[in-house]
Amino acid sequence: MSNFLFKACSPIILLLAAIMPGIAGAQDALDSGDTAWMLTSTALVLFMTIPGLSLFYAGMVRAKNALSVMMQCFTICCLMTVLWVLYLYSLAFSDGSAFIGDLSMAFMSGVGVDSLSGTIPESVFSMFQLTFAIITPALIVGAFAERMKFSAMLWFMAIWVSVVYAPICHWVWGGGWLGEMGVLDFAGGTVVHINAGIAGLVAAIVMGKRRGYPESPMKPSNLVLTMVGAAMLWVGWFGFNAGSELAADGVAGMAMAVTQVATAAGALTWMFAEWKSHGKPSALGLVSGAVAGLVAITPASGFVGPMGALAIGFASGFGCYISVVKIKRTFGYDDSLDAFGVHGIGGIIGAVLTGVFVDAGLGGAGLADGVSMAAQVGKQFVGIVATIVYCGIVSFIILKVLDNVIGLRVSEQDEQEGLDLVLHDEQGYNM
Amino acid sequence: MKLITAVIKPFKLEEVREALAEAGVQGMTVTEVKGFGRQKGHTELYRGAEYSVDFIPKTKLEAAVSDELVEVAVEAIVSSAATGSIGDGKVFISDLGQVTRIRTGETGDQAL
Repeated sequence: MSNFLFKACSPIILLLAAIMPGIAGAQDALDSGDTAWMLTSTALVLFMTIPGLSLFYAGMVRAKNALSVMMQCFTICCLMTVLWVLYLYSLAFSDGSAFIGDLSMAFMSGVGVDSLSGTIPESVFSMFQLTFAIITPALIVGAFAERMKFSAMLWFMAIWVSVVYAPICHWVWGGGWLGEMGVLDFAGGTVVHINAGIAGLVAAIVMGKRRGYPESPMKPSNLVLTMVGAAMLWVGWFGFNAGSELAADGVAGMAMAVTQVATAAGALTWMFAEWKSHGKPSALGLVSGAVAGLVAITPASGFVGPMGALAIGFASGFGCYISVVKIKRTFGYDDSLDAFGVHGIGGIIGAVLTGVFVDAGLGGAGLADGVSMAAQVGKQFVGIVATIVYCGIVSFIILKVLDNVIGLRVSEQDEQEGLDLVLHDEQGYNM
Repeated sequence: MKLITAVIKPFKLEEVREALAEAGVQGMTVTEVKGFGRQKGHTELYRGAEYSVDFIPKTKLEAAVSDELVEVAVEAIVSSAATGSIGDGKVFISDLGQVTRIRTGETGDQAL
């Protein structure tokens, strides 16, 4: 029956195929291939936070706090979603000024079934971008894990995405000044990773160390969960990077390829670095290196080739290893799960190297006309410094104000008992 | 009657259980414990943070035996639990004042 139907319809299909290029060439036409990929990508990026990042983090904290970090990540997912449809999407992606959007699309006004963003429905575009606004604050959780009040965390995240994430997202992707200037950030090296890393560093410094850090042992509760979470992050990252093309095309394909390459290179680099310096390769080191590679290839993913990705993964694996193992210890701040050490440093390495390996001579997509490599790297630095300065200062102010108004940390006794029981009347593990 | 308390490497438990059963020991109690002897602990490294772990996991095995069975039981434990490397554990023997089987109320050697 279906075979008969197919034969009967085939002349119509052929006719449609013949006129397809005409349709595809028209502006603002929905492309079902692009849409299918972006629906998939959106689900993949959400999967990175829940459960990927949540498990990655939960395994690294002590058993008494495992539920608290999963709870924070999950709640952030819900909170960002509500804020996004109320006003965040509008602030980030409406025209507005060079620095911030306006409220013309607040309450998702104008986003209907037929609204398009490029060749995909605007509903899909806005949900895809939402998943980035979810994972960015969730990444910060790693910096202040095991000591922040849940209420303070909610206030901080709600304010931070409104006054830090939304503007910086607008600068780069919403038609703002960094994008206009020619800063290359394909999937969020500055917007997501440097931004989250710096906010995390500031939070770790403002809040102070966990009691007992670094003298008393703070062993990860379950590195099996951490490895599972890291593996989910890797898979989900294909949506993050290849999805950032907003189309199912050759650039998306290359973004996926370079993501795979840089991640593997980062993982092996960290593993061998640790093997050399400590004498044994570790599972946590291996997956940390993988995340370092993922972070660094993020801004570069639509612009570089496989050999550039190899170099970027290597540089980030090594750079993040040094930052986590050596620099953190030297300065003594307690970035509990290395949100800054991996995402901040990896993001900076990736952002700079994007300006290098985009060069066609190094296998990349090629520099913009009339822009030298040095000039592009200069632009990349402007993007990095602007993000660090703006995010650093504003995050500091938010945290200081909240500390004075409601307090950021749980009491010493509560910290000792563990956040799961004290803040949620539950335990992650009842074994 | 004697109480034999042996602290052994956890992976040797099954061999020790078999050896004791062959020697005629009728029952035992096993507990997962932590401790250290001359082996000391070990170090663990997480992203550059090095922790020394003083207490390492061991298995504690307790068996109550009659006086005539003590020597052969200890020999069974020693031969089955030994690996030759440091950390094989120890066997402690102490006097046992009285034993009562709960089900029947039997006491002494009858209860073993």
